[in-house]
Amino acid sequence: MMEKERHVLVIFPHPDDEAFGVSGTIATYIEMGVPVTYACLTLGEMGRNLGNPPFANRETLPAIRKKELQASADAMGLTDLRMMGLRDKTVEFEDDEKMVKLVADLIDELNPSLVISFYPGLSVHPDHDATGRAVVEAIRRMAESERPKLYTIAFDNKTVEQIGHPDVHHDVSGVTEKKLGAMNAHASQTVWMMEDMQKRLDAQDPDALKWLKTEHFYTYSFK
Amino acid sequence: MELVQRDQLQSLIDSFAGKDVYIHLETTNGSYAAHFQEGFFNAGAFIRNIVVNYELGKVAGDSPHRIGLKLPSGWIYAQGITHYELDEHGRLLMAGLGPDGKLAVSLEISETPFTY
Ligand SMILES: [Zn+2]
Repeated sequence: MMEKERHVLVIFPHPDDEAFGVSGTIATYIEMGVPVTYACLTLGEMGRNLGNPPFANRETLPAIRKKELQASADAMGLTDLRMMGLRDKTVEFEDDEKMVKLVADLIDELNPSLVISFYPGLSVHPDHDATGRAVVEAIRRMAESERPKLYTIAFDNKTVEQIGHPDVHHDVSGVTEKKLGAMNAHASQTVWMMEDMQKRLDAQDPDALKWLKTEHFYTYSFK
Repeated sequence: MELVQRDQLQSLIDSFAGKDVYIHLETTNGSYAAHFQEGFFNAGAFIRNIVVNYELGKVAGDSPHRIGLKLPSGWIYAQGITHYELDEHGRLLMAGLGPDGKLAVSLEISETPFTY
C-alpha cells in the first residue's frame, strides 16, 4: 500500500523520464486523490532518435516531444504539468543557485510532503544528476522539520555497489494501463522499446511483469 | 529531411554564402554511450545561434558527406551528413543519421535565429 501524501512534486529534466519508472506511482497517487505536480525542465530538444528515414528534425523535435509529454500526463490523469523552459543537455551548465531557486520556488508554492527526482551522481545523464543535485540542495536548506521526503531513482551501473537496493517499493498493479499509456505516449523515444516490451508482457515474462507492476525508489538521506 | 542530393544541397549552401547567418553545429554519441558500453570515450560538441558570414561552402565526398564553410578567418566543418531539408522558415537543416535513426551530427544554417 502506498502512503497517502499531502502533495507529490515530481521533478525531472526530460519528457519521458517519468514514464519508465514513475508513471505508475504518479497514476496511483492521482487515483488516491493525492495532488501531483510534474515539473519537466526541458523538452528533450537534443534527443537523438529522429528515425531513418527521419520523422522529425532537430528543430521540429521539441514540439513533438511537448505533445508527447502532454499525452503522457493525460494518460496518467495528471493535470498540473509544468514545462520549465530549459534546454536539454544544458541543465548542469545553468547557474547552480538559479537551479536551487527553481526547485525551492516549486516547493514553497506547492508544499509537497513528497518530492520525486533523480539520485545525484547515480543517474547517468548529466541533466539527471544536475536536477537531482538542485533538488537535494533545495531540500537540504530547509529546516529539518519542514523537509518533504525525497524519493529518488538511480540506475548508474555503480548504483548497487554504492547505495545498495531501493528501500521503497510501490505496487502499481492497479494502473498498468495508465503506465503503458504513458510509455506509449512518448512514441518518438519508446516505440522500439515498447515493441519488445509488449512481446515480453504477452509472453508473461516475469521481469517485464515486475517492471509493469512495481516501482522502486531510494529514500534520500540528508544525514 | 531527405537523403542528400549533392547538387541541390550545394546550391542551397551557395545561397547562404556572403550573408550573416546563424549556425547550429552539433556532434554527439548520446549521453548514455558510456553507460551502455563501459569504457566508451564520450565526446561531442555543440554551438547554437553563432553568427558567421562564410565566403565559400562545399559539399564533399560521397554519402555520408562532409560540409565545409570557409570563413574570412576560420572554418566550420561537419562530417557524416546524410539528410537535409530547407524547412518552412527557409532554414537549411542538415543531419547525419545512423542506420538506427539516431542523430550523430547536425549542421544548420539560418538567416534568422534558431529558438533558444
Ligand atoms: Zn532523461
